[in-house]
Amino acid sequence: MRRPAASLVAFAALALALLGGGAQAGDIAPHERRSGRTFMAPETQAMQADDTTNPGMLWVLQGAGLWDEKAGTSGRSCAGCHGAAEAMRGVAARYPAFDPASGKPIDLAGRIRQCRSARQGAPDLARDSDALLALTTFVAHQLRGMPIAPPKDPRLDPYRETGRQIFTTRMGQLDLSCANCHDDNWNQRLAGSAVTQAHPTGYPLYRLEWQGIGSLQRRMRNCMIGVRAEPFAAGSDDFIALELHLMQRAAGMAIETPGVRP
Amino acid sequence: MRGALVGTALALACSPAPAQEMAGPELAPYVVTGDAIIEPLAGQRGDAALGRALIGERHRSLCILCHAVPEGAAPLQGTLAPSLAGIGSRLDEGQIRLRIVDMKRLNPESLMPTYHAPPDGARIAPAWQGKPVLGAAEIEHLVAYLVTLKE
Ligand code: HEC
Ligand code: HEC
Repeated sequence: MRRPAASLVAFAALALALLGGGAQAGDIAPHERRSGRTFMAPETQAMQADDTTNPGMLWVLQGAGLWDEKAGTSGRSCAGCHGAAEAMRGVAARYPAFDPASGKPIDLAGRIRQCRSARQGAPDLARDSDALLALTTFVAHQLRGMPIAPPKDPRLDPYRETGRQIFTTRMGQLDLSCANCHDDNWNQRLAGSAVTQAHPTGYPLYRLEWQGIGSLQRRMRNCMIGVRAEPFAAGSDDFIALELHLMQRAAGMAIETPGVRP
Repeated sequence: MRGALVGTALALACSPAPAQEMAGPELAPYVVTGDAIIEPLAGQRGDAALGRALIGERHRSLCILCHAVPEGAAPLQGTLAPSLAGIGSRLDEGQIRLRIVDMKRLNPESLMPTYHAPPDGARIAPAWQGKPVLGAAEIEHLVAYLVTLKE
């Protein structure tokens, strides 16, 4: 097994020994879980709900175009292998998933990248490129309304546990953990912003402040910069471990991609 | 990152001695008596007007991210911490000073960052390594302002 995050391996091993389910102190009770959408002003909620005003739909359209576009040395499109995008519904609700080729978990954007370079033979798409965001938004949008369904794959468990450890460990000059805000204080406001429960249900999503679409990792990067920590690298094992933890925490909640945020 | 750099630049602009420019805000030694630091940091009292302005600077002092303050140009105030209205009636100067300098000494689980100690958190971003959140002079400005908040 590859080491998910060197500094946290000892923790993960210990936690694995204790694994066996049950909510831990600080977790949000299932009946209290709320999408980030429900913390927004009614106008912003309305903007997300209506496809004609939701700016994220522009990336869904762009992604639809890329899905059908032949590219690379294979001369094939995504549709050429996968057919209509609706076929991806059940598959994509399960990401991040275990990738036997690399021996570690891979997220949806990572899988799309991998397909593109290894199978299509097309130039790599950078993590935060518009094209990769558009394809990821398009595929995730196929699942809108479906529940997040993390796979019961034991090979993912150590990474999930690493994600939980990162989420609950204080970091940065301000020495705060994700859980300090998102598990323990989600009902509060940080200056003018609702803290929220940090569920990944709407990603990739359109943020008015960014004037564009952004990934879950970009959002987490911002929170890390906020506590004055050095963010993990895009696509790193640590970010994917956090994604696994967030998906597990939100299991069963409905996917809303593309969400809108202030 | 940009916010971080701007914050550091402002802190430097305030620091009294040009010799400190490369090092960022210096750490002042202090003595804790009970739940208070009785003597002003670096032996220098602050200016309440500067403290009032600083508390509203959410990217530098950060206070109003979590606390409400009773006045001033801060319409969007946090609710993660108790309001600072009337704090000057509840706590004396030395008690306020210790709470800003190192709240975790009183409550190790506190959300409130330690403002004036060598930072020892995990993964501190390079721009902040080895630097306290605020320098001695800035903390004294805040103390001078907060003692005036009587109910
Ligand atoms: C000091 C408080 C604080 C800490 C610590 C913090 N966050 Fe956040 N987080 C916020 C706030 C506030 C928002 C909402 C910002 C907004 O919408 O303007 C947010 C938003 C999010 C969201 C988006 C939720 C949505 O519905 O769009 C995610 C995901 C998230 N945070 C994850 C994390 C992770 C992971 C960490 C730790 C690495 C973390 N946060 C640390 C305050 C915090
Ligand atoms: C990330 C959140 C956060 C930030 C930023 C923050 N505080 Fe606090 N502060 C708290 C919390 C929470 C408490 C409650 C005491 C505890 O946690 O034990 C507190 C308590 C206090 C108290 C004691 C209040 C009382 O009624 O006893 C003072 C004084 C104070 N803070 C001043 C400040 C000042 C001045 C700043 C900015 C320089 C600041 N705080 C920044 C979270 C914060």
